[in-house]
Amino acid sequence: MTKQEALYSYCVRIGDSALIHAQRLCEWCGHGPILEEDIAMSNIGLDLIGQARGFYTYAAEVEGKGRTEDDIAFLRDEREFTNCCMVEQPNCDFGYTMARTFLHGCFAYLHYRSLLNSSDETIAGLAAKSIKEATYHVRHSGEWLVRLGDGTEESHRRVQDALDELWQFTDELFDMDEVDALLIREGVATDLSALRSEWDSMVNEVLSRAKLQRPQGGYRSKGGMHGLHTEHLGHMLSEMQILPRTYPGAKW
Amino acid sequence: MVTRSMLADADSRTEAIWSFLREIPDPEVPAISIVELGVVREVFLKNDNEVEVVMTPTYSGCPAMKTMEDSVREQLAERGYSVSIRVVYKPAWTTEWMSEETKEKLKAYGIAPPAKLTFEHLHPLSKPKNSAVLCPFCNASDTKLTSQFGSTACKALHFCNACQQPFEEFKCH
Repeated sequence: MTKQEALYSYCVRIGDSALIHAQRLCEWCGHGPILEEDIAMSNIGLDLIGQARGFYTYAAEVEGKGRTEDDIAFLRDEREFTNCCMVEQPNCDFGYTMARTFLHGCFAYLHYRSLLNSSDETIAGLAAKSIKEATYHVRHSGEWLVRLGDGTEESHRRVQDALDELWQFTDELFDMDEVDALLIREGVATDLSALRSEWDSMVNEVLSRAKLQRPQGGYRSKGGMHGLHTEHLGHMLSEMQILPRTYPGAKW
Repeated sequence: MVTRSMLADADSRTEAIWSFLREIPDPEVPAISIVELGVVREVFLKNDNEVEVVMTPTYSGCPAMKTMEDSVREQLAERGYSVSIRVVYKPAWTTEWMSEETKEKLKAYGIAPPAKLTFEHLHPLSKPKNSAVLCPFCNASDTKLTSQFGSTACKALHFCNACQQPFEEFKCH
């Protein structure tokens, strides 16, 4: 693997997790529990789409084959998507969506923070931009976890169930392979295992405020970064990609 | 040979380009220009009619960015320039770049200006403790936050208990 190939894969991975998470959040548009949250979820989704565009555009430039951000988003199949499986899970209820945004948001915040000093200036720039958004995504979803966890019996039960369900996808956030190894040597990427303890303490702090139990052990799902997804991603892509697939080259 | 008068001429032409850009209103908040908003970072005059404009987005996914880029191209093309736009992400856009004068314009337009950025804004688990957001209509401090997320990525929704008006705040970022 060359540095160029690794850099392409690395940017696409970050972009994929942002885009797929955004697509799920935007599915709430018109269905939010209250108008303000409807807007909030689409707003967060919009930030994530922006982040995905930045990383895809750079990936396309690194690849140098004349592809665009749209080609990367719309003309790849399920097995070519390398997002973590957590973000492709169906929305379930509002508590589940907030728990997912929080768990992934804490990771994204720490990941972007570690990339601020990347030797790759474009990645450092995208991280500097994205971390400001990740900060309030975590704040917003974390506040909801506290409100729901420390709310009614039903809200507590639902958000605890959501955490228990989502926990199987948390190890995968810190998964690394030869792409990471090569780019860590180049000073481009950071060692994700070094983020684990701070992620744990962020999550623990909010869970304890929310009177929620941190799930223990259980099955651990992995494979998203190598294109091995849960059944849900393919269905989502069929909807997300239908327009550019049906009308190739369609313009607004 | 580059003479002093040629340099002075280039300077004044660059300044003229800046003033053309100052005429372009923010598509979402037309009370201020895209220069006052802080999205135009630098202008480079490459030769007689070629200009490079360096821009930075407010929020990563701001849908108005495309409109702003198109406006810059159009505005300068009308004046005979061929324009290339370079988008940069670093330093990340911040409301700290807004001048007091710009904040006054926002207020006069009915949007509460952004508060000062504090340490708490930069840490996800701490809650920013800014003083109350003043109502842009009646200046009352008896206001409440309705939603951190508003009609555009850059605004939050508030309600004034004194004059019973909902209003928007340009979020500190």
